[in-house]
Amino acid sequence: MTQGINPGEPPETVAQVRNVTRRFGGTVALHGVDLAVGAGEVVGLLGPNGAGKSTLLNLLVGLRRPTSGTVELFGGSPLEPASRRLIGVTPQETGLAPTLRVGECVDYVARHYPNPLPRSEVLARFGLEKLARRQTGGLSGGQQRRLAVALAFVGRPRLVFLDEPTTGLDVEIRHVLWDAIRDFHAEGGTVLLTSHYLDEVEALAQRAVVIDNGRILADDSVDAIRALVGVHRVSLTAATLPPLPNVVATSESDGRIDVLTTDSDELVRALVRSGVAFRDLTTRPTTLEEAFLHITTAASPAVPAASPADRPLTGANA
Amino acid sequence: MTTLTLTHTRFHVLETVRVPMALIGSVFFPAASMLFFVVPFGANDGVAATYATASMATFAIMTSNLFGYGVGVSADRALPWDSYSRTLPAGPGPRFAGRILTGSVMTVASLLPVVLIAALLTDATTTVAGLALGTGAALVAAVPFTLMGLAIGYGMPMKAALAVSQILFFPLAFLGGLMSSPTEAPAFVQTVAPYLPTRGAAELMWAAVTDHSPNPTALLMLGVWTVALAALAVLAYRRDEGRRFR
Repeated sequence: MTQGINPGEPPETVAQVRNVTRRFGGTVALHGVDLAVGAGEVVGLLGPNGAGKSTLLNLLVGLRRPTSGTVELFGGSPLEPASRRLIGVTPQETGLAPTLRVGECVDYVARHYPNPLPRSEVLARFGLEKLARRQTGGLSGGQQRRLAVALAFVGRPRLVFLDEPTTGLDVEIRHVLWDAIRDFHAEGGTVLLTSHYLDEVEALAQRAVVIDNGRILADDSVDAIRALVGVHRVSLTAATLPPLPNVVATSESDGRIDVLTTDSDELVRALVRSGVAFRDLTTRPTTLEEAFLHITTAASPAVPAASPADRPLTGANA
Repeated sequence: MTTLTLTHTRFHVLETVRVPMALIGSVFFPAASMLFFVVPFGANDGVAATYATASMATFAIMTSNLFGYGVGVSADRALPWDSYSRTLPAGPGPRFAGRILTGSVMTVASLLPVVLIAALLTDATTTVAGLALGTGAALVAAVPFTLMGLAIGYGMPMKAALAVSQILFFPLAFLGGLMSSPTEAPAFVQTVAPYLPTRGAAELMWAAVTDHSPNPTALLMLGVWTVALAALAVLAYRRDEGRRFR
């Protein structure tokens, strides 16, 4: 389906963003962003709504131009149709032509590429064979989503862009799509995907890029990002704290102490064993949103947080 | 013509014909107007029926282009499918050409019942040469209304485009003198008609299928309208590109 990677050689860069700034009127959607995606990588782009993910994707697929900086696909401009011959894109959630039949949508996309996958193979891979004659407007949300993701693979791309591929889908359909994405990667394909779900990025990607307020805040292996994000917040009222294991960061406000930890169970056991007096202990997982906030505030400590609970955490190492 | 243009045309036509209301807008209305306004009154007067048929053909050309492009383009712009299509490896050429060809197909579809009703149910007559000339005149007459539709479609959101198309088409038809014979229109229609694009288009159609000698002012104004609407359509297209795709 795609070319394999030559072992021993550094992977070819298939998508490159250099010092890109993108303004919309007075707002800056992207601020001096650098990103390089190598052949065969699966990169997860994480960020809250309005972070700049969609703008970055739109620049890469040729829907927008950068205000400054350069964007390249396979060494050429994404604005050139020839550069886009090697990529595949998904329409947004409900973005199919409602009156076209499923098979027609596949044919329409296929005719833009020199050597597309046969229609039957596309439909089979995504479990759409029985729906070929149905108009897309009459499909369920999950079926529409499967077709939308399928369309990205029709032209035998080397690089696919998947924008929120499984948002709002049930678990079963989600795994059908994940398997298709994994197969593509196993054959040497490159994927750049955005998601609200950390588990989706964990399941598919080796590398995660965290973006917020138009800046890349973290760009690391998924394991490294998870270590940062997969923490619990333990809150308690106490005069002092003994040395505790697995602490990421500690902060104090209004007599309450907040501890961010990678292992809240072990931390609580150690706290109890130490015999230190404390009360009102609560523990809860940090949400992805908190993790973003955590990374954001760590990246720009001058920005005041919204509420005392979200105050910048001392010793946070983003 | 490239295969991609054909592909885009084919799928545009498919999308259009699968929504029967879109067909009704451009095919039923001119046909119904023929049945209500021409067949009962001009059926026994060949000359009057021929003029009236040419007027209704102009009406059909105007409505199918005004609504087809005005509402069609603005509705498409609202769909993510339109953005998605732009990520496929094709320039804007095939998409635009496909849209124009689809518009032509729809215009022909709206003209066929008008011509058929005229031939079968009225005494309207013309020669083979007249029919050929009339086809040519219809193509020329379609240009300003295509541009008007594109200006509306690229310049406005869907609801506004629909309202503006609806507000425009009746006064354009009535004040342009499409609802009356060239000489028997009310005085104020006679006064304003030559300055409207509908009249210039109708003059062309009348001249093609009868021995009518066209009003030079109306023809000149048709040229002026075409140039002005082309500028407006280009401006609207550029503004839209700038807003959505810069």
